[in-house]
Amino acid sequence: MKKIVKFALVLLSTLGLILGTTTTSFSKVEGDTIILGAAVSLTGKYSTNGKHTQNGYNLAVKRINEMGGVKVGGKTYKFDIIYYDDESNSGRAAQLAERLIKQDGVKYMLGPYSSGLTKAIAPITEENKIPMVEANGASRSLFTKGYKYLFAVLSPANQYLEVAIDLAVEKNGGKGVKIAMAFEQDAFSQDVRLGVIDAAKRTGSTIIIDDKLPKELNDMAATLAKVKATNPDVLTVSGHSKGALTAIRQISEMQVDIPMLAMTHCDASKLAKQHGKKAEYALCAAQWHKSLSYKDKYFGNGMKYDKDFNAEYGYTPPYQAAESSAALLVWKDAFERANSTDTEKVRDALAKTDMQTFYGNIKFGSGGQNTAKPMVLFQVICDGDKCENKVVAPTKWASAKLVHPVPKWSER
Amino acid sequence: MDLLIFQAPILMVQALMDGILLGILFALIAYGMALQWGVMNIINIAQGELVILGGYIAYTMYLMGIHPAFGVIVSPIIMFFIGWILYKLVICRVVDRDLFISILATFGISILTQQLMNFVFGADVVVAQSNFGTTMLFDGSVTLPNSKIFSAFVSIIFAIGLVMYMKKSKLGRAIRATAQNARAAKILGVDTEKVYAATFGINAALCGVAGALISITFTLHPYVGLPYTVRSFMIVIIAGLGNLPGVALSGMGLGVFEEFADYILGTEFRIGSVFLLLVLILVYRRFKLSRKREYLK
Amino acid sequence: MKKNIILYSALLVFGLVAPFLFPAFKLQISFMWILVILALTWDVQGGQMGYNSFGNILFFGIGMYVCAGVQIGMFFPLAEWTASGGEKTFIHTPPQYFQGFFIGLILAGIVPAVVAATIGYGILGLRGHYFAICTLGLGIAAGEIAGGIELIGAGQGMTTPPWPKGIGDTELRSEFFYYLCFVLMVATFVFLRWAYQTRFGLVLNAIRDNEDKAEAMGIHTMRYKIIGWVVSAFFVGIAGGLMGNMVGYIEPTEIAFAGATYGVFMVLMAILGGKGTLWGPVIGAIIFHIFKEGFWIFFLGWQYVALGMLIVIIVVFFPEGIMGWLREKYPEKFGEVIDEADRKAQVELK
Repeated sequence: MKKIVKFALVLLSTLGLILGTTTTSFSKVEGDTIILGAAVSLTGKYSTNGKHTQNGYNLAVKRINEMGGVKVGGKTYKFDIIYYDDESNSGRAAQLAERLIKQDGVKYMLGPYSSGLTKAIAPITEENKIPMVEANGASRSLFTKGYKYLFAVLSPANQYLEVAIDLAVEKNGGKGVKIAMAFEQDAFSQDVRLGVIDAAKRTGSTIIIDDKLPKELNDMAATLAKVKATNPDVLTVSGHSKGALTAIRQISEMQVDIPMLAMTHCDASKLAKQHGKKAEYALCAAQWHKSLSYKDKYFGNGMKYDKDFNAEYGYTPPYQAAESSAALLVWKDAFERANSTDTEKVRDALAKTDMQTFYGNIKFGSGGQNTAKPMVLFQVICDGDKCENKVVAPTKWASAKLVHPVPKWSER
Repeated sequence: MDLLIFQAPILMVQALMDGILLGILFALIAYGMALQWGVMNIINIAQGELVILGGYIAYTMYLMGIHPAFGVIVSPIIMFFIGWILYKLVICRVVDRDLFISILATFGISILTQQLMNFVFGADVVVAQSNFGTTMLFDGSVTLPNSKIFSAFVSIIFAIGLVMYMKKSKLGRAIRATAQNARAAKILGVDTEKVYAATFGINAALCGVAGALISITFTLHPYVGLPYTVRSFMIVIIAGLGNLPGVALSGMGLGVFEEFADYILGTEFRIGSVFLLLVLILVYRRFKLSRKREYLK
Repeated sequence: MKKNIILYSALLVFGLVAPFLFPAFKLQISFMWILVILALTWDVQGGQMGYNSFGNILFFGIGMYVCAGVQIGMFFPLAEWTASGGEKTFIHTPPQYFQGFFIGLILAGIVPAVVAATIGYGILGLRGHYFAICTLGLGIAAGEIAGGIELIGAGQGMTTPPWPKGIGDTELRSEFFYYLCFVLMVATFVFLRWAYQTRFGLVLNAIRDNEDKAEAMGIHTMRYKIIGWVVSAFFVGIAGGLMGNMVGYIEPTEIAFAGATYGVFMVLMAILGGKGTLWGPVIGAIIFHIFKEGFWIFFLGWQYVALGMLIVIIVVFFPEGIMGWLREKYPEKFGEVIDEADRKAQVELK
């Protein structure tokens, strides 16, 4: 047994050594840098959008630092972000939030990608009284818990497709429509579904198909066969990038004719580019579009942001990136209004935010949600083989007219 | 419980056809799994990742302007070499050991492959376009995408080709001999190391074909390999080891079962019910055998 | 014997004061103790009995949901708590919280144990890789099915009750959970140490070495197999209940029935440390956790590659694990030395 003792002692001291040296204690403010923490999905099923989120955060940090940084108490600070990879796993995200707050001493958090992961992190930031500005967790259930330290710049999930239902009802002369739904089993998609159900109730529409999308294998043929058999007026689909791509592929393959197809994640999945003409006429919910006329002094307007993002990262920014950038703008504004780095003061300043960014207007309600920005709906319109997204609703921001009902496959 | 499928019986035809076409594709992947399990006693958890890798090869061809259907020729060739290299690097060390060790080793490989694919091909979900059109039956009530029909055809051709190769060619006979009794084969002059490497390479090649087909029928993403792995070894287990024609039947059976479960129980229980089926079949077999005081080997 | 007592008390003391030595790492070390429990209980099947189970995570998840369900359901309507949209949130008073929690933990141990006893007869009749794959199927099926049940939140998951306001701060909470995890871990270890020294341990090893011979000798192997599974299920279930509360949010396939992560990790940890030994899983779990956390810090972006390589290295070069390697090198320290070849020849029917 002697060997075990020796071994155990060696082990424990190694443990102590490692733990000791890895207590990298970043304090909230180090020198002239304000440090924020973020867990994003660099690997796993959300890696695509995790990357968009990270790029959005980084571009904003760069821009703010370049344009004079953050002015607090007469001193100028730069922003910096500590990142960890949550692997698209909620348990991991929660662990990382703990680590950021407890071990790394972070006092200001940025949100992860997806409602599920935000839901995992929110209880932790709330309990530790660390304000978090999140840009990619839209689930309504986040905002009904009375969190005081959670602030979301994006519109809540339930609003996503409500606009589409309203539009369909409007085109139907105000009468209720028949709705078919296909939603994935995660927090976000289920919330979008609830929004559709609410809109249906409100407008007197009926739901004739209520299906869940498979979480893993990408085959919704069963749902589409049902759609063909029952002829709904609207088909709503939400399943992140995979769901959008699968839907378009299979709808075109199975030649399913639906007067209106409304989906989420069209631009994150680069739908128009990947499927071209097959994606034509699909309606997409978006938090933001570059043609909207919001502006701010850091990024100018949407078109300029799009150009700058393209120059920096080589691709067109989806709204996930835009809202992530907006989060940093909110932080800067709050720090400067609070004129302090004390978390409570900054939290109070955050709660009173009322500003316009290139992404949209931002004002936080009592649960942390953004009450000042409506969702937009755009339609994929093709000119020959080139397909683009054009905003069609709300009419105030529309740059093209809605094509409805969508022409049948046999006529395309 | 959604009984729509019984109210509109034509949907049953759709489900059946979808299930069979899907099942044939799965059976192809399962075939490779059965091959290396039977010959080398290895359960390859990285099977799905090999499939996705094969898919990415076809996708890359598509990006270069070549029609992805040619991927079913190019992909297996490249994947064969990748399989051979993988064998020489890692698998050869776990071949003679516990089956269980192979599960863990290939699990490690699957993690590595996922990350490498993420790094090389990016984290976007991508699709390749085949533009094959659709076949409409029964006045448009049953639609079969031609890409799925194409997949089934290709799978069947490869399966038949493989069976004939196994029967007729020298390497095929060597593989079968090694599967029956590795020691005896070695004594009789068969280079078992080469056989093992070739078997693993063939498995990778089959995955490559399946991957190319998947790129035009479904979507590709570095992290969606697991469903294919899982279904392939389920098919092998249900068919029973060594039962190759059984693999084809089990594959189709599984495909049809999945589709029907999707319609009736709802998509959220689709994969869960498939697993439950597996558990039930195994338990049923165990009870049947225990009457004879035997157990599943 | 004296040396043992010194060792055990040293480790016990370390475990007790760790929260104060490393205050920032409380939750980290708590997770580590949970991993130790997972590895130890897996070893009952995998190492001692020779039945490689990939489905012990089933009990982890059941325990987690049962505990949370009871915690909430005892005082509030569960369906409303988990209703997506979460319009209502109920607040637990401190007595409610602790009552619910402890009763929840007890049930989190009992329910999985009952499940194990029920399905054990069917599942444990399978051998070798069929058992492994069947249990894998169970674990994954459970996760997917849990994702379809509305009462426990379906795909959206469920939050556990937050720490009641007024009872200390987050530090106290972390300490509370830390000690619970530590106590559970010690209890598991002590129980298993005792169990392995009774006839039970001998029977398990007999089953591993040659089940048919054991049956032929008149041992009711099925009985012991089920008892083993029940024991594992009990401890794993309670660990699940604890984990659910520590994380604060339960997701069916990623946190509760985390087959692809913890389900496989528990196997790896036991193998790394040396399966079939008492200390093996403990050492394996500790080292695995340290490595994994280390990778996440130093290899961000590449951590999975590093993990994958570690797994391949462990499995290919170290299948006997650390304890096994130690045993090879210093066999005298482990008991009487018998000729390996001799022993193998006696035990295998081949």
